[in-house]
Amino acid sequence: MKAEDTELLKEFTPEQVAKLDSIVEKYKSKPGGLIPVLEEAQVCLEYLPISVQKRIAAGLNLPLSRVYGVVTFYSFFTMTPRGKHTIRVCLGTACYVRGGKALTEALEKQFGIKEGETTADRMFTLESVRCLGACGLGPVVVVDEDVHGRVKPGKLKEVLSQYN
Amino acid sequence: MSMVKLTIDNRSVEAPAGSTILEAAKSAGIKIPTLCAWPEIKHTPGACRVCMTEVEGQRSLIAACVFPVSDGMVVHTNTEKVRKARKMVVELLLANHPQECNYCVRNGSCELQKVAEFVGLKEVRFPYTQFPSEGLIDRSSPSIVRDSRKCIDCHRCVTVCEQIQTVSVLTPAHRGSDVKVVPAMNLPLNESNCVTCGQCILVCPVGALYEKDEVDLVWKALQDPTKHVIVQEAPAIRAALGEEFGMPPGSLVTGKMIAALRRLGFDRVFDTNFTADLTIIEEGNELLKRVKEGGTLPMITSCSPGWIKFCEHFYPDLLDHLSTCKSPQQMFGALAKTYYAETAGIDPKDIVSVSIMPCTAKKFEAQRPEMASSGYRDVDYVLTTRELGRMIREAGIDFDNLPDEDYDAPMGEYTGAGTIFGATGGVMEAALRTVYAVVTGENLPSLDITPVRGLDGVKEAAVKVGPLGDVKVAVAHGLGNARKLMDKIREGKADYAFIEVMCCPGGCVSGGGEPIPTNNEIRIKRSSALYADDGQVQKKRQSHENESVKNLYDKFLKKPLGHKSHELLHTHYTKRGTEMPHKQDE
Repeated sequence: MKAEDTELLKEFTPEQVAKLDSIVEKYKSKPGGLIPVLEEAQVCLEYLPISVQKRIAAGLNLPLSRVYGVVTFYSFFTMTPRGKHTIRVCLGTACYVRGGKALTEALEKQFGIKEGETTADRMFTLESVRCLGACGLGPVVVVDEDVHGRVKPGKLKEVLSQYN
Repeated sequence: MSMVKLTIDNRSVEAPAGSTILEAAKSAGIKIPTLCAWPEIKHTPGACRVCMTEVEGQRSLIAACVFPVSDGMVVHTNTEKVRKARKMVVELLLANHPQECNYCVRNGSCELQKVAEFVGLKEVRFPYTQFPSEGLIDRSSPSIVRDSRKCIDCHRCVTVCEQIQTVSVLTPAHRGSDVKVVPAMNLPLNESNCVTCGQCILVCPVGALYEKDEVDLVWKALQDPTKHVIVQEAPAIRAALGEEFGMPPGSLVTGKMIAALRRLGFDRVFDTNFTADLTIIEEGNELLKRVKEGGTLPMITSCSPGWIKFCEHFYPDLLDHLSTCKSPQQMFGALAKTYYAETAGIDPKDIVSVSIMPCTAKKFEAQRPEMASSGYRDVDYVLTTRELGRMIREAGIDFDNLPDEDYDAPMGEYTGAGTIFGATGGVMEAALRTVYAVVTGENLPSLDITPVRGLDGVKEAAVKVGPLGDVKVAVAHGLGNARKLMDKIREGKADYAFIEVMCCPGGCVSGGGEPIPTNNEIRIKRSSALYADDGQVQKKRQSHENESVKNLYDKFLKKPLGHKSHELLHTHYTKRGTEMPHKQDE
């Protein structure tokens, strides 16, 4: 138990670890508890590194391989830390032809990261989506819940300056 | 059971309600190809899509392995549409599979190869030429190699590891075209909880899982004139090696096997059965000692290295229950470089000790750091039955027409009790024969203890042993069954004196190193061959009657559980736990 705690406490506060344990406790005796536990754990801890998956596997009495299989299957779950804000560039057909790809490239260059990665200061995570149904506004960039339409590479800095 | 009537390929077929088209067709003698279904382990994921059939009234083609039959159903397994679809499915599987068949370990026993032939595939229009192997071939385990490039995602290995062995190392990770079968966190196999049993190898349809090959190392030793190379073979080899040469399962080939080993150039051909008999003497005395002195009971057998590793990972609190006896392989190894070296007047540093095992875990066991009690590696190389088969073929030996030859002295004599070690229940039966004789001074009324034989998962028996009264025993094979007994011990509800556990379902005759295919029918046939060796071939059927073992005690060991025995024949175990080292995903 001690070694596990040290591993967890490297990344998370004692309060977060206690919260994780209480989430596991809540679903412990329920069949099918793994996905709700992972969901709540990710909300609380922001990501699910090995130490967290181990804690969950031990708590729910499941093989670690099962937990890992589920975490990697669903795109919602992430094993690497996420940024405070998520930038999603639309690469659906309409946005793509109107310059969506150039936006992704500009952001990759600006932050020095690739699609799916997070900036070193954990401020932004860069992702792409395939069509948001807002093709009339293309190219579209969504930051957290906000939709920004007709974005040009030159306008990106201004858009992102609202988020800190 | 209610039956349904259906038509398959214009023939009326009756099948039990709830069975699948695949099962119904099979019982009617109609073959439908498949690459993922393995009904014995309840594995029908419908994943490979090779078993396409046409069902009238259905919009699209149907996977026969998962679709239940119903009354009046009309199935076609051989239409233009079906043949075309199957070809396409196999073509696409091959498009994503390295074209290395000529030098693949499964060349000739590959199910994908066979299915490609079945569907009459003539070309692959989209050959995959670039297979980066970096990070996709895991050679970290001393026993098993995993080649993800060749994996066709049938997930049989996942099922056998999780459902049958309850080790749960392998899992499908990621999704869609990125799916890969990996250990948790994509750890190398040797850092996972893998017990190296190799049951995954036996179910793998292709060459994605196979034994760590040591053939070349053995050739090298055989060709070195300064080395004295000796060999031991586990009981299960003689009941299975024939299959490597096209003989029917259950052929007992002891004499030909010995002849083949001599022709390969081994200087002495000895037998693991000799140390199996020795194990019975040591383990039987250990059991009696524990019973008399109030030691930890139930005592559990320790011959099966996959089982030992499982116990170390999952039941580290119960390691005291394990007999301290080394496995017969390791007892042999320790004696080869001490007792045999002394007897033959050979410097142990010049002895190379090779063992032929039905088992991939034996490779791991031989490399355990503590297995060097002779001052040298007790066992240098471990070959599986399949590897020995390859060597014999490579040497151009006509196995079928070999004469029957005999073992060399002083470590070649064995009794029927030693030979049944290879089947589940065999160690228990052998031990009871000797324990009974030691305690009562008489032989068991019947030497056949049938309740411990056969493929039931957990077997129990009680044998009246003179003043000890009823000795209650249990036998488990397959780690899922072992787990049941271990949980019972943990709860304090196991009132057995002695438990036999074999890691692999069926015991060593279906170890991870045995010929492919291995299934329940073949398990039973190989076991029967060993019981025939015990009941009909061998004149002596009790380990304590083995004259060479008696000699060994007289000349060298002095007495069971004595000083030398402790030094050479007994061992200790490592608490491993289920913790895994911290390592990031790729």
